[in-house]
Amino acid sequence: MTKTKLIAAGVSALALSVASPALAQIKIGASLAVTGPAAFLGDPEAKTLEMLVEEINAQGGINGEEVELVLYDDGADPNKARTFATRLIEEDEVVAVIGGTSTGATMAMVPLFEDYEIPFISLAGAVVIIEPTKEYVFKTPHTDRMACRKIFEDITARGLSKVGLISGTGGFGKSMREQCMSVAEESGVEIVADETYGPNDADMTPQLTNIAGTDGIEAIVNPGFGQGPAVVTRNYDQLGIEVPFYQSHGVASDSFIELAGDAAEGVRLPATPLLIPDQLAEDDPQREPVQSYIAAYEEQYGESPSTFGGYAYDAFHLLVDAIERAGSSDPQAIRDALEETEGHAGVTGVYTFGPDDHLGLDLSSFRMLEIQDGGWVPVEQ
Amino acid sequence: MNPALRTFLILAALVVAGALIFPSSYYYRVGTLVWINTLAVTGIVVLLGYVGLVSLGHAGFFAIGAYATAILPSYGVPSVLAAILGAAGAGLLAAIVGRPILRLSGYYLAIATLGLGMLIWMVLSKEAWLTGGPDGMTVMGANARDLFKLVGLNLRSAESWYWVTGTFAVLGAVLAVNLGNSPWGRALRAIHDSDVAASSLGIDVAKAKSMAFTISAVYAAVAGALLALANGYITPEVGGFMHSVEMVTMAVLGGAASVFGALVGALILTALPQVLTVFADYEHMILGAVMVLTMILMRRGLVPALVDLAKRRRK
Repeated sequence: MTKTKLIAAGVSALALSVASPALAQIKIGASLAVTGPAAFLGDPEAKTLEMLVEEINAQGGINGEEVELVLYDDGADPNKARTFATRLIEEDEVVAVIGGTSTGATMAMVPLFEDYEIPFISLAGAVVIIEPTKEYVFKTPHTDRMACRKIFEDITARGLSKVGLISGTGGFGKSMREQCMSVAEESGVEIVADETYGPNDADMTPQLTNIAGTDGIEAIVNPGFGQGPAVVTRNYDQLGIEVPFYQSHGVASDSFIELAGDAAEGVRLPATPLLIPDQLAEDDPQREPVQSYIAAYEEQYGESPSTFGGYAYDAFHLLVDAIERAGSSDPQAIRDALEETEGHAGVTGVYTFGPDDHLGLDLSSFRMLEIQDGGWVPVEQ
Repeated sequence: MNPALRTFLILAALVVAGALIFPSSYYYRVGTLVWINTLAVTGIVVLLGYVGLVSLGHAGFFAIGAYATAILPSYGVPSVLAAILGAAGAGLLAAIVGRPILRLSGYYLAIATLGLGMLIWMVLSKEAWLTGGPDGMTVMGANARDLFKLVGLNLRSAESWYWVTGTFAVLGAVLAVNLGNSPWGRALRAIHDSDVAASSLGIDVAKAKSMAFTISAVYAAVAGALLALANGYITPEVGGFMHSVEMVTMAVLGGAASVFGALVGALILTALPQVLTVFADYEHMILGAVMVLTMILMRRGLVPALVDLAKRRRK
């Protein structure tokens, strides 16, 4: 009896030592656009991930295992992204991947993760990433469709319905314009004017004059990215247009207020709580992550974090949370745990995934903000 | 040995050697990209190396091949036919615009081809209903795996694309070498040396240039179609200016005069960035240094310079 016990103990000890090598590690991969045209998105994402990995290892890792981040710079090139995804899976043998700063890079990688059954959290915006739902693919940013819904919700709450669109022709503006058109009717809003401008245009007064001259116009919405929306905002102010003016989440940063100056007063836009860390209610579940993210990022890099870095923050914490709950770093177990995520408060929103919902955000995670005295003020109905 | 046969044997041996030493799909993936780029750059060699014409718009033709392969299947055209139509379309466009554009030379020609490439890129990124716009589109259809399943081989996707693209690169190279050694190829070289002398020998210079332009456009389009199929997703960046520059750079770096130059250029500029990820911060600096040094020390490109060196040693 003692002998068999002894053998059993010996065998299990052996099994243990084989199962958990001295330096247990969890390898997480990332392919981001750290350089190139989308670097202003990818750079804060990469910095955020590096900071978080350092932080979690200082706290003893996940389930006692050290985290290693393998990060590649795909420059938003889908071709490179696909190569790096192959490399992450085959060579680096990561258990999960965060990334795809741009929609193109994400979509080029998606078939690989489906094929190799590795969970993947994208940081890109488009709806096609999670619609139709793909088993191993999740994403953290809001979709532009949700931004349109949020804006229209606010417009109808003010008792208005006739909307004029002025959209940029870049990828962001174009995609959001289409989404706004498609959700207008169900949101109880009518698009009565539809104008566009090029990404480098310096004056949008003709388009705005057209919109302002449209019969019964009650609100103007500007889906766009970069400097275009700032120009539109200045022109709107110069023309003295009275109807309410909405920007998109694409310009939700302090630099927009700097670019547009006083003309930005009264402009409303949907944004993440990252812009209003101090105005969040004490019992707001997002208060804690938002404030700790901002504090840590500012201390590490000496600059304010951006909305895009926030997407990476959420992706990483969703992953850590899933690995902790799964109690294992097996890709299949991580995926399953990820899908069961419920009420995870991140900086972008509160995530609840499900078999048919790999975005996990609802409209309440968007805050409608108004620019007042050069700062952000939440508008709540 | 017949130069075409020699080219065939060397390249085919390289394709097989790659397959023998590659440990994982990742290597096959990089290998696939090398062969696709080799094919596209072989087209540049025909244009730049044989005739001496610079095109900064070849990514446009590349993109036509890629987008034809992506778009046409949604209208019921099988992928392979779509790729062929894309190549034919690119060739036709090159033949039509080639005549007027190729009257220009030097910088003027470079700018005209640049404009052509930009126009194609603009159509791809603006016509979102057709091309998906700046976000790109998914490529449905043929997977090379199915091809190998027909003969009872079950390969991983990356591996099967490696063999398909390798085959195309070898065939493309053999074809280009044969063209170069035909009377027609000699006519092209004569034009390279002097337009006037060539036409006084009875060569129809305009026609020959237009033919070379068309052929190199078809090379680019076929490479584009292969990339679209192998990647399963494309964005307008395949037709972007930087991609045109990249193709010309590969040709010049390797040596624009020969198809081996195309291979070496494609290999270095495709594989080196993968090696350099370890020094991510210095990647661009090292790549830049390699190119500057090559241009200063080996003006005709790596392959001709190394061949010269080998010959001198033998003496």
